[in-house]
Amino acid sequence: MSRLLEIKNLDVSFEQEQGLARALRGVDFLLSSGETHALVGESGSGKTVTSMAIMGLLPIPPGKINQGEILFQGKNLLMLTESEKRILRGKEIGMIFQEPAKYLNPAYKIGEQIAETLMTHFQTDRKAATQQALEFLHLVGLGKNKRVLGSYPHELSGGMKQRAMIAMAICCHPALLIADEPTTALDVTLQLQILRLIHRLKRKFTMGILFISHDLGVVNEISDKISVIYAGKIVESATKNQLFENPLHPYTKLLLLSIPDAAKRGTRLRVIPGTVPDAEHIPAGCSFHPRCPLAEDICHGEIPASIDYDSGHFAACHFVGKKWIDSSK
Amino acid sequence: MDRFIEIKNLVKLYFGHGFFDRNRLAVRAVDNVSLGIHRNTVFGLVGESGCGKSTLARAILYLDPPTSGEVWFDGTLLGGLSVNEIRTFRKRMQIVFQDPNSALNPKMRIEESLAEGLINRGVTAKARTARIEKLLDLVGIAPALRGRYPHEFSGGQKQRIVVARALTMEPDFLALDEPVSNLDVSIQAQIINLLLDLKQELSLTYLFISHDLNLVAYVSDQIGVMYNGKLVELASADEMMANPCHPYTMKLFSSVPGKQAIDGPTANGNIGAVREKLPSRPSDCCLYADQCSIADRGCRHAQPDLHEIRKEHYVACFKI
Repeated sequence: MSRLLEIKNLDVSFEQEQGLARALRGVDFLLSSGETHALVGESGSGKTVTSMAIMGLLPIPPGKINQGEILFQGKNLLMLTESEKRILRGKEIGMIFQEPAKYLNPAYKIGEQIAETLMTHFQTDRKAATQQALEFLHLVGLGKNKRVLGSYPHELSGGMKQRAMIAMAICCHPALLIADEPTTALDVTLQLQILRLIHRLKRKFTMGILFISHDLGVVNEISDKISVIYAGKIVESATKNQLFENPLHPYTKLLLLSIPDAAKRGTRLRVIPGTVPDAEHIPAGCSFHPRCPLAEDICHGEIPASIDYDSGHFAACHFVGKKWIDSSK
Repeated sequence: MDRFIEIKNLVKLYFGHGFFDRNRLAVRAVDNVSLGIHRNTVFGLVGESGCGKSTLARAILYLDPPTSGEVWFDGTLLGGLSVNEIRTFRKRMQIVFQDPNSALNPKMRIEESLAEGLINRGVTAKARTARIEKLLDLVGIAPALRGRYPHEFSGGQKQRIVVARALTMEPDFLALDEPVSNLDVSIQAQIINLLLDLKQELSLTYLFISHDLNLVAYVSDQIGVMYNGKLVELASADEMMANPCHPYTMKLFSSVPGKQAIDGPTANGNIGAVREKLPSRPSDCCLYADQCSIADRGCRHAQPDLHEIRKEHYVACFKI
């Protein structure tokens, strides 16, 4: 598989009144073509900043890219001019967002919004573009009639809006699709349908998907590979099976243990003490050390390097494999 | 076991706005729901957004009095009380909302937020301070922080404070309306453990509302599944997880991420799951019939009622 998207040592910060917020502190990430790679983390861990940096949508200033590169099909996206980025966005890289209601224009009909994308990128005339838009709506399960085509966003339900947005994101056959929490705002029964839809479209168009989520259950369902991000740094990166069967980083382990499940009834949930650090006050050394049961002196001062432990299973921890003493009881 | 809370045929209707529409029925939000909650247990209520879970909780607490039906709270019929009596009575039942950010007044110090109920009950200043410090300690917030404002706390801490505030009046019953949905994954477990500890220590009874089945299965003793304002299945948590019977329950359970193959059908061309508005009139058919895989003509001519299929396991479906 070829390297579709490679992020190397990306460092992004935001200048704020309260001080410098270090949103990303050297993120490394590799996505091969045709693969679904999930980026998992809690709020404020830098998931969305990563996707915005790829799309070239970071507000600069106050944002600042201190170092690193984003290679998309070999091109460094950070070196492109604004007009080059504009050609890339939508055509080569599609994006779907958490709240479709926010990202669809309420004043235009769905059909017009999809056709506009096609007309901009392929210089299609309106009639052909509308015809294609109808086909894409059919593809995402919105039926082959013209009702949705001529509807305004407010006339559609949440699930239909999300489907319409997916149609818009894939209508130019992008090589990369960024899905930023696409199912968080939806009910469970709809969530599964949207996940399946994304999965099927990935096969059909052999897209690479960067799937951003905070929900390990959803990620388990859809992804081939998973990277866990904590306080602006990837702490563990592995295939889905490696990560769920043998998590190496204590943060990943604890996250998996803390998820409630019917099988854990009657037992206490394992808790990660403390809270996620905010980007202005990231602890020195390993950023997880104040909450980590394995932490020793070295963790306070030295940032652990990301090491390959098992054919592509990377973890950044000084004490991978150290005996786990469960102190929660 | 005695039934601490007993709800009989509860109905909540919402009518249109304005002079001409005021008799026009707009939404049948809760439709003929009956259930009982035992003392010191957790009743989990699941369903998709808009199915009437929160409305039911508000109706039980008489925050939005039900249109008809009875709510018995520890032997007292709430509908028989006057407005003032309800107000006094309500100190025994409290509610915790989903979003701690909007549940706390940003301009009040947290001790002021916690003191409000106590002031209304005429508790002296000294006793108030003692009680607030004790409660904050109980939920894991250092009492020394009581003079701070909500924005100085994280989301998880704010939810702890909201729980502490709900406990100021020493209630017996808490309605928890999606208490952890807005919190980070690593914080959710902290709050759930706290709630379960408090339940033991203070012998509380919970109505736990959530759309997260894994969570409800973990915390609840009994589970009720709601669909379009109706209770479609009711059973103990173990029984519900082992033997879900109603087709909607089964669909809900199979939608839990990680339970089903991603390669399954995508419901192409089928927008059936994209549900339209709640029906405003009692249609004389099973409300789930249009989406049900096992529905036949009979399902479209009458509404199924909850009936017992096994001990303490109730299902509202003709085909079971």
